[in-house]
Amino acid sequence: MTLIRAEQLVKTYCSGEVEVHAIRGVDFTIEAKSFVVFVGPSGSGKTTLLNMIGCLDHPTSGTLNVAGADVSTLDRRAAAEFRGQHIGFVFQDFNLIPVLTVYENIEYPLIMVQDWPEAKRRAQVTRLLEAVGMAEQAHKRPSQISGGQKQRVAVARALATNAQLVLADEPTANLDHDTAYRIIELMKKMRDEFGTTFVFSTHDPKIMTEAEVVFELEDGHIHRKVQELAGVQHA
Amino acid sequence: MLNVFKMALRNLARFGRRTLLSAMLITLGIVAVLLFIATAGSFKAMMIGQFTDGVLGHLEVHRKGYVASIDTLPLNLNMPPALVGKVEQALAKLDDVEAYSERVKLGAMFSNFTESTSIRINGIDPVKEAAATPLLPGRVTEGEKGGPMVKPGEVLIPALLARGMKVKVGDAVVLVATNRDGSVNGKTFVVRGIVDSMTGPSGRDGYIHINDARELLRLKDREVSEIVIRLKHPARLDQVYAQLNQELAGATNKEGKPVLDVHTWADLSPFSSIVRMIDLLAVFIKVMLVSIVLISVMNVMMMAVYERIREIGTIAAIGTPPRRIMSLFLTEGLLLGVGGTAIGVAISLAVIYGLNVWKITFDFGQQQGLVLSPTIGVPDVLIIAAMVIVITLLASLQPAWKASRMDPVTALGHV
Repeated sequence: MTLIRAEQLVKTYCSGEVEVHAIRGVDFTIEAKSFVVFVGPSGSGKTTLLNMIGCLDHPTSGTLNVAGADVSTLDRRAAAEFRGQHIGFVFQDFNLIPVLTVYENIEYPLIMVQDWPEAKRRAQVTRLLEAVGMAEQAHKRPSQISGGQKQRVAVARALATNAQLVLADEPTANLDHDTAYRIIELMKKMRDEFGTTFVFSTHDPKIMTEAEVVFELEDGHIHRKVQELAGVQHA
Repeated sequence: MLNVFKMALRNLARFGRRTLLSAMLITLGIVAVLLFIATAGSFKAMMIGQFTDGVLGHLEVHRKGYVASIDTLPLNLNMPPALVGKVEQALAKLDDVEAYSERVKLGAMFSNFTESTSIRINGIDPVKEAAATPLLPGRVTEGEKGGPMVKPGEVLIPALLARGMKVKVGDAVVLVATNRDGSVNGKTFVVRGIVDSMTGPSGRDGYIHINDARELLRLKDREVSEIVIRLKHPARLDQVYAQLNQELAGATNKEGKPVLDVHTWADLSPFSSIVRMIDLLAVFIKVMLVSIVLISVMNVMMMAVYERIREIGTIAAIGTPPRRIMSLFLTEGLLLGVGGTAIGVAISLAVIYGLNVWKITFDFGQQQGLVLSPTIGVPDVLIIAAMVIVITLLASLQPAWKASRMDPVTALGHV
C-alpha cells in the first residue's frame, strides 16, 4: 500500500534576493511499513523534502499525497492536526523538553496533541519505554541521559501517538558511530514491531546501507535509487 | 485544560529565577498599590477628620439660602424654633447620627478697649458642640483645660486675632453685634482660651455660649443658624444625607418649596477639591504601577517565547494545535499573575496589619500624635488584584499569540 506519493514536486524559496531551487520536480512513492532513507550532501534538499512530507512546509508546485491526503494545500491548523494524527518526528538535536522526565516527554504528545485518558497514556508510555529500552531511565531528565538514550526517547515520543509515519532528519548526526547504528537498528525494530513507516535522512554512507530503500538526492533531484529491498518505486 | 495548567506550572518552575523575578515584580506592584491606597486613605481620612471633627461635622442643616450668603452671616435666614424642632425630630429617627449641635452664627466687632476688629462668632452649646465636633476642644491651645469649653460670659478667640490684638487668656474684651432690626448690642467677655486656626470656613472663628449669642443678638426665640451633625460611620455619609433630605422634604414654605438645606462637609469646604485631587492622584499612581506591571510581564513573557523558540518549534512540529500553544503561554502568564498577586496581597495585608499594631504617630501642624491607621477595603483589594491579573493576561496575549503563530521550520532552525 502506498503511503506517500509525490508527483513533480517542486520547492523554490527565496534567500534574500536569490531564488533557491531546493527540490526540482521529483517523483517517488513510498510504501507503508517501509524503511527509507534519503541521502545526499548538505544542501541537496533532504530536509526540505522531509519538511514537505511532514506538512511543515508547502511545495511550490506538484502534488504530495501522504496517508491518503493531499497535504500540499493544508493550512497551518489543518497541517498541525494532520501531523498530530499521522506523523511522528525525530530530530537531529533530539529536541526533548528539558523540564520533563523521559516518561513525560513520551507522554507529552498524548496530552498536548491527542488528549488520551491517563490509564491509556500510562499503558502506551510503559510499552514504548520497554520497546526502546528506556524503562529504567523513565524518571530521569534529558540532561541526565546520554545522546543515544535521548534519541531512543525521541523515537518513542514519535511513536507515542501510533503515527503511521516517522520522519527523522539526520537522527544520527549527533551520535557516535556505534550509537548511530543502534538507533537505526532500534528504528528498524520499531518498524517491525509497530508497522510504522520510517523515513530518515543522512549523509553518512555507512548508515544508509541499513535502509531497505535509499533515495540519493543531489541538487534537488532524486539522482538515483541505490537499493530497493521493500516495495518502493522510483518514477 | 488541566494538562495545559500542569505543563504551564512545570514551565514556570523550570525557569525558576525568571519566574521568581517576574512574580516579585508583580508582587511589588501590588504591594505598592495596596499600601499606597491604604496609607493615602489613612492620610485622607485624617485630613477630612480634621475638618469634620474640628469644625464642620459630617453634615450641616441650614435654612435655604443661608449658605449662599454665609459670608454676611444673615440673621434673617436663621431657623426659627419650629424648623429646629422638625430637624431634631428627623435626626431622632436616624440611627446613624451620633450627635448634633445647634449654632448661632454672627458677625461682631471685637474690641480690646484700645483697638477693634471684626470677628465671626459661633454661639454654641459647649457639651453638644464637643460631641458633634470632638476635635474642637483640642484646638483650644491656651487657657483652662477641662470642664465645658466655654461658659456664659466667656469667649474663645482665634489665635491670629489674639496675636494681632495682643489679647491673652483672662483679658476682658467687648463684642458688639448688629441685631436683626439694625440696632447694636454689646457685651463684655473674658477670654477663656485661644483657638488654633484652621483653613476653610469657620476655621478662624471665635466661640461664645449659645445663650450669650442670643442675648447679644436680642433673639427672643430659640433660633439657630445651623445644625452640625456627626455620624457614627462617616462612610455612610451619602446614605444618611439622602435619608435626612427625605425626612426634611416635608419642611416647606407656603409655595410648597423646601425651606431647609442639607449639606455635606464636602459641599462646605474648599478642602473637598483637594480630596478629589488626592483621589485623582491615587488613580494616576495606580495606573502608573499597573502599567509597570504590564510592561514587565510583557517583557518577561516575550523573553519566555524568545528563549523557547526551538521548544515551540518542536511542540508545533509534533502536532500541538496553535490554540493549545497559545493557551499554554497564556496559562503561564495567568499563573504568574495569580501567584504574584496572591503573594502581594498577603504581604500588603500583613504590612497594613503591622502598621496598625505598631501605631506610628506623627505631628501635623498643631495636631500632635496623629496615628497612622491604614485600612483597605475588600473591594479595593479585589479590584486591584483582578486588574493586575487581567493586565498580566493581556501582557501575555501578544507573546502567546506570537508563539502560536510561529512557523515550526523556522523555529526548529533557530539557534
